[in-house]
Amino acid sequence: MNSWMINGLVGHGALLVSLPFIALGLIAVPTGLRRSRPDFIAIAYGSVYANFFLVTASAIAMVIALVTHDFSVSYVAQVGSRATPLFYTIISLWGALEGSILFWAWVLALYSFLVVWLNRERPGTLVPYAAMVLLGVSLFFAILLLGPADPFKAVFPVPTDGPGPNPLLQNHILMAVHPPLLYLGYVGMSVPFAFAVGALLSGESDSNDWIRLTRNWTVLTWGFLSAAIIAGMWWSYEVLGWGGYWAWDPVENASFLPWLTATAFLHSAMVQERRSMLRLWNINLVVGTFVLTILGTFLTRSGIISSVHAFTTGTIGYYFLAFIAVVLISTLVLVAGSSERLRTTGHLDSAASRETVFLFNNLFLTAFMLTVLVGTLFPLVAEAVRGVKVSVGAPFFNRMSLPIIAALLFLMGVGPALPWKSASRAELRTKLVPPSVGAAVLTAIALMMGIRSFYGIVVFAFVGYSAAANALEFFIGARARRGAHGEGWITALLRLIAANRRRHGGYIAHFGVFFVALGIAASSSLRTEREATLKPGETLSVSGYTVRLKQVWGREEVQRSVVGATLEVLVGDNVVGTLEPRMNFYPMSQQPVPTPEVRSGMFGDLYLNLMAFRPDGSNATVKAIYEPLVPWIWFGGGVVVFGAVVGAFPTGRRRVAAPAVVAATVGRQDTAA
Amino acid sequence: MTSSKRNTKRTIIAGIAIIVLTFGYLLYGGLDKNVVFFLTPQELLAKGTSALDKPVRVGGQVKPGSVKWDDKSLDLRFTITDGSGEIAVRSKGAPPQMFRDGMGVVVEGRYGGDGVFNSTNLIVKHSNEYRPPKAGESPRAMYKTLIK
Repeated sequence: MNSWMINGLVGHGALLVSLPFIALGLIAVPTGLRRSRPDFIAIAYGSVYANFFLVTASAIAMVIALVTHDFSVSYVAQVGSRATPLFYTIISLWGALEGSILFWAWVLALYSFLVVWLNRERPGTLVPYAAMVLLGVSLFFAILLLGPADPFKAVFPVPTDGPGPNPLLQNHILMAVHPPLLYLGYVGMSVPFAFAVGALLSGESDSNDWIRLTRNWTVLTWGFLSAAIIAGMWWSYEVLGWGGYWAWDPVENASFLPWLTATAFLHSAMVQERRSMLRLWNINLVVGTFVLTILGTFLTRSGIISSVHAFTTGTIGYYFLAFIAVVLISTLVLVAGSSERLRTTGHLDSAASRETVFLFNNLFLTAFMLTVLVGTLFPLVAEAVRGVKVSVGAPFFNRMSLPIIAALLFLMGVGPALPWKSASRAELRTKLVPPSVGAAVLTAIALMMGIRSFYGIVVFAFVGYSAAANALEFFIGARARRGAHGEGWITALLRLIAANRRRHGGYIAHFGVFFVALGIAASSSLRTEREATLKPGETLSVSGYTVRLKQVWGREEVQRSVVGATLEVLVGDNVVGTLEPRMNFYPMSQQPVPTPEVRSGMFGDLYLNLMAFRPDGSNATVKAIYEPLVPWIWFGGGVVVFGAVVGAFPTGRRRVAAPAVVAATVGRQDTAA
Repeated sequence: MTSSKRNTKRTIIAGIAIIVLTFGYLLYGGLDKNVVFFLTPQELLAKGTSALDKPVRVGGQVKPGSVKWDDKSLDLRFTITDGSGEIAVRSKGAPPQMFRDGMGVVVEGRYGGDGVFNSTNLIVKHSNEYRPPKAGESPRAMYKTLIK
């Protein structure tokens, strides 16, 4: 029996069978709700579960085909090779267009399954409508997988071997981390979208219920997206060899755009809950975030821009554009129909209030999103309209975004300090003045470090201010608990967080952002770079480090050839380590993949990249970069994700019990000591 | 509505208006100044003096026999051509390891008044199409003293 009979048939067949299930669910929801038939809704939920199992079967069939080198399956013939190690063979599932769409569809099916399963008992029409929307999105991806992005096409004659995955994607372990996180973040934005449309359809958009249901999903998926962006920066830093982590590349921008609107929503959702304002705005943010994820997928998957992420050129772009049009038009019609319900009932009491800060936070985040969007789409529009090939340079993005970033960093300190509704003058004085000490301290540190750029210093100052303001919130809260319950500092702090996880998770995420901001400000102001051609024994110095070339070497590995340079790292006269930057030559590509090596310290990285070498190994050209505070970016990303984890779980009365027990134990040790 | 509430509203609307207007102005001006044109050597030459000293990207092929690299001073010079126009390029730093004649490249930088293009970024065009290496082109053959 031909092996395609198994993998291809299962994979393709499961997707084909999912179509009638999706259609059934799409029909069952409106019919069931109109005729008040709960059994129809149960059928719709069942089709969501069935779709999940079918897409899972299809994805498993693909993984098996990849692992068993079943080159009769077109996707395997495209990205597989017998020489590729098992690990990279498995992760090549998302290494090219068709596989990544299959993976996307699977993540969507997983989210749909979880959303429906966890809310299946919930009364009302919100969840059935949300299930319908999710099935509608699934239908789009099923059509892609059976049409322009079919990964299971039969290949005949069956090749004996394939080219292997794109070299850039099999050169670093972060390729196993960044794409799945990005999909979890990107696809997860379908859930808030489904709830928003569900709220419009069910006439619940004037209740705050859908917001409450949506916000935890958004925090979770926002956490994934944040982690994915940071992991992508890290990958770029570790693999591309230029020593940077962000280039305003269209692909990076594509991942950043929905993050900005989702961040805005996380803040404005609170205004709706507390003050019944911004209803229409919140719907727009949620729909906008979803559309930006689809737009991002269109940009990166249609081949319209050239980059490592753009796999092919084909008709798939038109499908995405059509889908975006359908989403925009249908939500516009729905919003127009519910305009009465979406009217604001609350109002602003004072300019000095938390809701005003959130208003400005949303304004700046939206302006940021528009800047990035305009800069990203401008080249496409210019080429389509005027027939000229242009790119928008990094100076545009930097000049536009730096003032916005500075303003946002400042607001991150002001918002938590101000109360809802209206702050008294005394409150303003006691909350907004003391953090200035933090600003002064970090400004001094920035100047001592040698930062002279205006925005570098401003970022340090505002981070100092806002970090102090956020820390003050923790301090004041914990002190109050200590006074009221006689708890130790640590107990008080942990119980404070457990008592309002979302708020304090948010503050923790703020601290993560502060670390990221400091890392970016320091590394972009103080980075030093040296390049030289060295013979064995010769040295090159950068920012207190000296590197000495020991030798240039080469070796064959299973899937590639490697040429590397071994360099000793010296501080003063002491050898503190060895670094081996390399070039990996993959048979698929005519260009080697740079493989820099980084020595990380608490306050900065020494980054070495092998630029060139004489074929006989008698010399090597090496670039050495000192990158201050870059590790803080990765650490800050971790803190942001931790904040999201703390904030994603609702503060239920019973759920508080578990952390409280932990806190109590810690507290006892605290008092005992 | 009390007068203090009206004031609140006015303050906030004024604040929003100022931000939006500034933003719009910056966006328009910023885009205008920072658009980098992508040209062929011939198109760049046709622009004459108007193209001098502006950030631009030029795409073409490395003219055979034109590559000169001094690995001591890290000075790289070559000529980029599209068949009809030719431009001399100067770049700092090592060329990509497999930099060879006829290869497709994009250089980012400014065309100076001295008729030399100062490149700050040199990008080799990757062809994603798989092409098995010819005899003598594999790393093992090219770097046989290194890879045993």
